[in-house]
Amino acid sequence: MTDLLAQNDVFLINIALLAMVAIVALGTVLTRNLLASAMLLGVFGLLMATVWTNMFALDVSLTEAAIGAGISTLLILGTLSVTGIEERRSPPGRLPAAIIVAVTGTLLIYGTLDMPHFGDRNAPVQSHLSPQYLSQQVGKASAAASEHPSGNDFGGEVPNAVTAILADYRGYDTLFETTVVFAAGISVLLLLRREKPGGVSR
Amino acid sequence: MSPEQLAVVLVLAGAVLVLARALRGPSVYDRVLAVNAIGTKAVLLLVLLGFLQGRSGFLDIAILYALINYVATIGLLKLVTRRRLR
Repeated sequence: MTDLLAQNDVFLINIALLAMVAIVALGTVLTRNLLASAMLLGVFGLLMATVWTNMFALDVSLTEAAIGAGISTLLILGTLSVTGIEERRSPPGRLPAAIIVAVTGTLLIYGTLDMPHFGDRNAPVQSHLSPQYLSQQVGKASAAASEHPSGNDFGGEVPNAVTAILADYRGYDTLFETTVVFAAGISVLLLLRREKPGGVSR
Repeated sequence: MSPEQLAVVLVLAGAVLVLARALRGPSVYDRVLAVNAIGTKAVLLLVLLGFLQGRSGFLDIAILYALINYVATIGLLKLVTRRRLR
């Protein structure tokens, strides 16, 4: 890996991007024009996706770009074309809600103080789980693996440690996630299907 | 400041300028154009970071961003003109 960019620089870029994300979020909430709000939400998704890529969470960033910046903006705009694009003024006097939000936010931030730093090599996940996964035969040639069968890596057939963990350790997890998505898709189709004028649904 | 760092800083500064237009922009078309330009800046930033860190995987992500950006802009404009959102 040729490092023309120090780790510190990547950190600074992330800070700049996250500051822009915060500004966009404020603008989204404060603007009265809902059309502008929807577009700013798309910008929010795009910037967050860039931050995810910067943190090497490539799968998350792909999902965020497709859903956050792409589909959801269009869905919100489709909704706005039915409901109108001006926000009604809400009555003032939301102090209790503001207090609850502030207290919850403070508690959540306080909770993150105990977490290990990003990329900390002494974090429990680095010192206990990852070495155990990586020490298995995952990613080695199948001939070498068949001499030491471990039962958790498809006999060394999977060339990538992450794939082996996703497909084996989290196989049922992924299976039922796809089931949930499938069920949700069928429900949406049932809800949105068009009825024929005669009353008989397709 | 090395040239590489300067390039990243310039792209980020351009993104901030376009962001100001997206926040202020009086008409819908100002905002659409600003959103599209921010998408282009994100693609540029990803390509730049991928090149500087020697990670070619960033290129695939950048291509996908460009495609999503294109499709989202077309869809946005279709909705705005056809449903008379303005």
